[in-house]
Amino acid sequence: MAEPILTLSGVKADIEQYHILHGVDLVVPRGELTVLLGRNGAGKSTSLRTIMGLTNLTGGSITYQGQDISRWPTPKIARAGIAFVPESMGIFGLLTVRENLVLAAVSGPMDEARLQWIFDLFPPLKKFWDKPAGTLSGGQKQMLAIARAVIEPRDLLLVDEPTKGLAPAIINDLADAFEQLKEQQVSILLVEQNFNFSRRLGQSVAVMNDGAVVHSGTMAELSENEELQQELLGLGLGAHQ
Amino acid sequence: MNKETTAMPMSDPIQEAPRQRRSPRVWLSDFQENQAHLFLLAAMLILSLAVIDFGTWLVLTISGIAMGGMLFLMASGMTLTFGLMSVLNLAHGAFISLGAFAGGTVLAFWLDGFAGAPGLMSNLVAIIPALLFAAFVAGIVGLVFEKLVIKPVYGDHLKQILVTVGGSIILMQLIEVIWGPNEIPVTRPESLSGALMLPESLPVIGGIVLEKFRLLAVVLGLAIYAAMLWVIDRTRIGILIRAGVESREMVEIQGYRIHLLFLGVFIAGSALAGLGGVMWGMYKEILTPHMGDEMMISVIVVIILGGLGSIRGCFYGALLVGLINLYIGFVEPRLAAVATVGLMVGVLMWRPQGLIPVIKV
Amino acid sequence: MLNRILSGDYPRSKPLTALLLIIVVSLLLGPFLFDGIRAFTTLGMICVFIMVVAAYDLMLGYTHIVSFAHTMFFGIGAYGVAMATSNIGSTFPAVLIGITGALALSFVLSLLLGLLSLRVKAIFFALVTLAVAFAFLSLVTQLYVITGGEDGMRVRVPRELGPAFRPLDGTLPGIDVPTLLKGLLTQPWNLGQVWQDSLFELRLSGRNVMYYALLAVSAGVFLFLLRLVNSPFGRVLQAIRENEFRAEALGYRTVVYRTAVVILAALVATLAGAAFALINRYVNPENTLNFELMVFILLMCVIGGMGTLYGAIVGSTLFILAQTYLQDLLKWVGQYTDGIPLVENLLGPGHWLLWFGLLFVLSVYFFPAGVVGQLRIWSMRRRSRDQQPPDGPEAEPLPQT
Repeated sequence: MAEPILTLSGVKADIEQYHILHGVDLVVPRGELTVLLGRNGAGKSTSLRTIMGLTNLTGGSITYQGQDISRWPTPKIARAGIAFVPESMGIFGLLTVRENLVLAAVSGPMDEARLQWIFDLFPPLKKFWDKPAGTLSGGQKQMLAIARAVIEPRDLLLVDEPTKGLAPAIINDLADAFEQLKEQQVSILLVEQNFNFSRRLGQSVAVMNDGAVVHSGTMAELSENEELQQELLGLGLGAHQ
Repeated sequence: MNKETTAMPMSDPIQEAPRQRRSPRVWLSDFQENQAHLFLLAAMLILSLAVIDFGTWLVLTISGIAMGGMLFLMASGMTLTFGLMSVLNLAHGAFISLGAFAGGTVLAFWLDGFAGAPGLMSNLVAIIPALLFAAFVAGIVGLVFEKLVIKPVYGDHLKQILVTVGGSIILMQLIEVIWGPNEIPVTRPESLSGALMLPESLPVIGGIVLEKFRLLAVVLGLAIYAAMLWVIDRTRIGILIRAGVESREMVEIQGYRIHLLFLGVFIAGSALAGLGGVMWGMYKEILTPHMGDEMMISVIVVIILGGLGSIRGCFYGALLVGLINLYIGFVEPRLAAVATVGLMVGVLMWRPQGLIPVIKV
Repeated sequence: MLNRILSGDYPRSKPLTALLLIIVVSLLLGPFLFDGIRAFTTLGMICVFIMVVAAYDLMLGYTHIVSFAHTMFFGIGAYGVAMATSNIGSTFPAVLIGITGALALSFVLSLLLGLLSLRVKAIFFALVTLAVAFAFLSLVTQLYVITGGEDGMRVRVPRELGPAFRPLDGTLPGIDVPTLLKGLLTQPWNLGQVWQDSLFELRLSGRNVMYYALLAVSAGVFLFLLRLVNSPFGRVLQAIRENEFRAEALGYRTVVYRTAVVILAALVATLAGAAFALINRYVNPENTLNFELMVFILLMCVIGGMGTLYGAIVGSTLFILAQTYLQDLLKWVGQYTDGIPLVENLLGPGHWLLWFGLLFVLSVYFFPAGVVGQLRIWSMRRRSRDQQPPDGPEAEPLPQT
């Protein structure tokens, strides 16, 4: 396994008065796509939000590229090279597609070549360039959300359920995009319910249940081991094929 | 509804007029529905013209726009502060007073020689520093105020109302401590007092007398509105502000410190209030510690009319309030304030979120 | 008996009980304990503002409705009496007509405001009430033909409530507490003299009748409100305060409750306004409708303690005493700071409000529960500490297994 880019050890987090994470141990290898699986309410989204400093961390530590980022404010974490695509996508609906991307390019004007690459990946973004992002369809919004995350080179992407509610054709487009990002050696932590999608893309995998990681290993191992799948199936892998 | 953010400054709302031919009635109801602010403005201009003779109407209209310009200066900061951080700053009026006193000090005491001298150039030597100093003082106090008074109560509207009312008392008392409890007369600089008469030879508008100071207020108000629209629509800061109004969290996720942005907006808003204050002080030619509080009502009506958080709405709200004040004030001066508030209540019944809403309150 | 009067809602704190007792006894025996017209007006004002602030607390503290139109209703009451007596004459029916008319107007206006809150949400409501109150103020100021404009109106109080009326022949003994206390502090060796100095003779007049009538009304209104907030109705209000959606989901028509509260608070404020007119005998926009007065009511409510109702008694007493006597104190301090440029100004008697504003902001940060709330919190802590076994290593409870 490659050296880790992100390590969570014993992470505990609260949302309001509820304890959601009870000690999450997770390693995201550098340059790989890691899939985080688990049923609804297992704490996958909360894990991502906790990495971004958006929840109330009550214990454990988060190490990113050798630095302890557990107590960093969200903007600092973002500027350290972690991009986050939340489940809601968080598109600014009143801003145009262009303005959404301008904001995402934190360090200055957008790089033309990179923009061209994004247009090739997601042609609709070019078409609706000056339209309010709120008028895009769900799939187009997801494209914009991911484009926003990669408009500048980032070291680590956190993506929360990108395929949720999307048509199969668009899911394919997204899969292509992730393939290309993998080729560029971007480390990705992907929360997914869609096991086929995960199997196609994932290199390593972690399964969560009840606020903790209950299994982690390589995707190859999990794909071949029917028994393990059966065991974890009860945790909701099969429920969405 | 998306008008606020999608339209560029040059794109006229008329652009959205129907493409295919439609009956005038459909067009009118469409206009009334989608361009409520323009509909109201047009209705007010036409109705008043029907009642008042043209020469008087023109003078009133220009005066109304002038008052609208000053109101816009005073109100824009408050509406943005609310839009961005949903902070309701009831001490905003104190910043208006503060600006008026700071600017008034420059005009009446420090550079009174220049202000009193005839000649535009020497007057400008007094006016420009007065405007800048007013904005500067209000901005600095805004910085301190945000850090000490507002920051501890983010997200709690009730406490915000309480501490900003308290803060307003403190600021106003401090003004009294520094400048004394008495009214301070401020004479307008020589070149701004008096009036211009349009040449008799002009058709229709010939012979109409316009106060110079009001023309300055119109120009300054429009200039600042244009500048703000440019900032909001075209610059990265503007995009950030609009994004922040939609979702603070996502702005942070993109790597921007929202609080710094808010602080900047608060300082700018306070500075603008100060600027509006000194204009208002020059207009009234007298300074009282409570002058800002007296304006707060109009300011509140303006931001409610426009829709809390909307710069464009704030501008149209200010125009509407300025105009109705002058028109009604001409017909029956005693009803001006009642008409202003009546306009607000009426609009709220029609559109509970104001004319150009940007946020869901 | 006491339980029924207080509706089971006790002060729940010994220092608070003591404080309330002092205030209540001072109010009850007021004319016999404080000599002079200034003290008399102060007592009357306290009675008036207990009603105003208690009604405001019903909105602000119990329901979290922020309204800035409370002074509007206060003013309606005051002007109602002033206008009725000056038009009809200084008779009791005139006063009654004034009060009834004012209550009717307040009812209609507050109903409209309450309905407006259907259309607009909390923070809008605060701003709208502010604007409406201002429009009313400007209307009263402008319509000087009927209201006297800025100059205000004299209130022609019925003779039986005026200083010329003597309900009793002869005098009653009184003892001026401030003089007594001052004497005890400055010349404690001269007890007899101090005692003699502080005795005074009280000739009962119509003013005293007025005062006791006011005190009775004020007490009645307060106890009624205390009963109300401890009734099922009051519980619903608190539910709305905590979570409006949940209260609505439980089947309560929150709009009806909110409107009822706005109307009730308005009616009480109107009544208090009428009382103010009778006791002050002069109304003008500044003393009945001004925004500053609104802020004062807010300060009294918050400093006393929102959502406690007893806070209204404590808050208005503290505030009115401060308003009346803090200036004297500052004047006294001022003797020693004369000549120090900025300090002299900061401590000028005109700037008592500066210090009060500062106190207010600090208290919102550090004691958001106000005087009453904070005293209760302290008592509760003491009580729970008393119930626990004494601290110390040997008293450590056994670990549970």
